[in-house]
This record gives sequence, structure tokens and C-alpha cells, in this order.
Amino acid sequence: MVDRNPSVRYLAAMSVIAPLLGGAMIGLAAAVALAVDGRIAGVSGVLGRLLVGGDGRGFRVAFLAGLVAVGLLGAAATPSAFGGRVVSLPLVGLAGVLVGWGTRVSNGCTSGHGVCGVGRLSPRSIVAVVTFMVTGAATVAVVRLLGLGGAS
Amino acid sequence: MRHLPAFVAGALFGAGLLLSGMTQPAKVTAFLDVGGGWDPSLALVMAGAIGVFAVAYRAIARRGRTLRGGRLHLPIRTHVDSNLLAGAAVFGVGWGLAGFCPGPAIVSLASGSTSAIVFVAAMIAGMIAAGRRPG
Repeated sequence: MVDRNPSVRYLAAMSVIAPLLGGAMIGLAAAVALAVDGRIAGVSGVLGRLLVGGDGRGFRVAFLAGLVAVGLLGAAATPSAFGGRVVSLPLVGLAGVLVGWGTRVSNGCTSGHGVCGVGRLSPRSIVAVVTFMVTGAATVAVVRLLGLGGAS
Repeated sequence: MRHLPAFVAGALFGAGLLLSGMTQPAKVTAFLDVGGGWDPSLALVMAGAIGVFAVAYRAIARRGRTLRGGRLHLPIRTHVDSNLLAGAAVFGVGWGLAGFCPGPAIVSLASGSTSAIVFVAAMIAGMIAAGRRPG
């Protein structure tokens, strides 16, 4: 049933269009990184290899600077685009360590494996994505079961 | 100026994350919450991103060189090993716990959010620890 209220219909349409369009922008950005610099735009790899002094330092610094710059712009223009935390601060810190360690050991995150790897039909990336989706969903279920959420 | 395209790519990537709501950890955990009020946003983001990149990748790979004539730094590993499985599993736990993955966390640093700052500092520590592991 189509809602006759224009603002409800607008919000419903935007809830589909915004993520699809945002995703297309991410895909285009990854295409630019590969076409111009020959690099995979996987954020954990871009940062992780910079930390250990890997090659392509200029590309890495510039790409990360772009991420931060748009964050500054977003924070000034639409502060509501940034959400609060979903668990307590110590758990956020634990989560950060797990994400840092896990993405380096498996050589990729949501962008490197999820966008670029699946886009290249890499079997390794497809296995990685299924694995982190399953453990991610299991973790959300456990957080809810233990009542750890709702810290924002 | 040589790295301007990389800066633009980073900014476009970040703008895509912002527009799609991925800088809101609650939207990410709501996607992973299959038993609760499921939010499909993240699946749409992935579909849009993979769709565009897959088409571009085919064209770039066929060319075999970058637009500047440089080499494509593509992953060479093809086999699934225990590092891939263990690392991805651990990453998923952290991702589901805080609702942050590396990209959105870095974009969120600029908002001055304490959780984004704590998350990114801890993530860098985890990355360094991973680099020092034996084997």
C-alpha cells in the first residue's frame, strides 16, 4: 500500500536511494583509486600498511586525508550524520582492538574484502565476508542477550 | 598534485559512507540484528558499491595498467587459509560489538566523538599487534 502522505513517501524512498547512492559513490571511489594509483581502496589495508611503512605512502596518506576531510565537512554541515555509541566505552575499545587485529590478519575489511574483493569475485574475499557477517550477527545477538547495549 | 586523485577518492568514499548512514553505529548493528528490527541499509550500500566497482574493475583489469601507465597492485593470494578465517571472524566480533568498521570510524574521528577516537586508537594498536605476531 502506498502511503499518501508525501513526507512519509519521501522518507521511504530516501531510505532506499540514500544507501544505494552512497554505495555507488564508494564503488566509484574504489574505481578511481585502482584506475589512477593501481591500489585497492580497502581502508584497513591503506592504514595498516602505512603503519608498517609499506609502499605507496603518498597514496595512503592522501586517501586517509580525504576520509578525514569529508568527516570534518560532514561534522560541520550535518552533525546528525554521526551516531552515538551502541555499547559502553571499554567495549568500544575492545572492539577497536579486535577490528584492527582481525582486519590485518585476514588482509581486509568491509571495503577491501566486501566491496573490492567481492567486486573482483575473489573466493578469499567472499569467504571473508560470509565469515565476518556471521560472527558480526552472532555478536549483536549476544550483546542483546546479555543486555550490553543501549549505552548511547 | 600527484596524489590529488587519491585525496578525491578518499573524500568521495567518505561522502558515500556519510550519505548512506554508515557513520551511525546503530544502523550497522541493526543490519546485523537479524532477529530484531532489521535495517537493510548496509546491504543496499554493499550492492551499490560492488555493482559500480565490479563494472569498473573489469575495464581496468582488461587494460592491465593504471591510467598513468603504472602497475595494478592486486592481491595475489587465492587460497583460503586459517589466517583469513580467524582474522575475519575476529573482525566480525569487533564490528558487531561497536558497529564500526575502519572506514566509518576514521570518517567519524572528525566529529570529535569520544567513541570514534577510542575505537580508532584501539584499532591502530590492534593493527600493530597483528604486524608483530609470530609467523
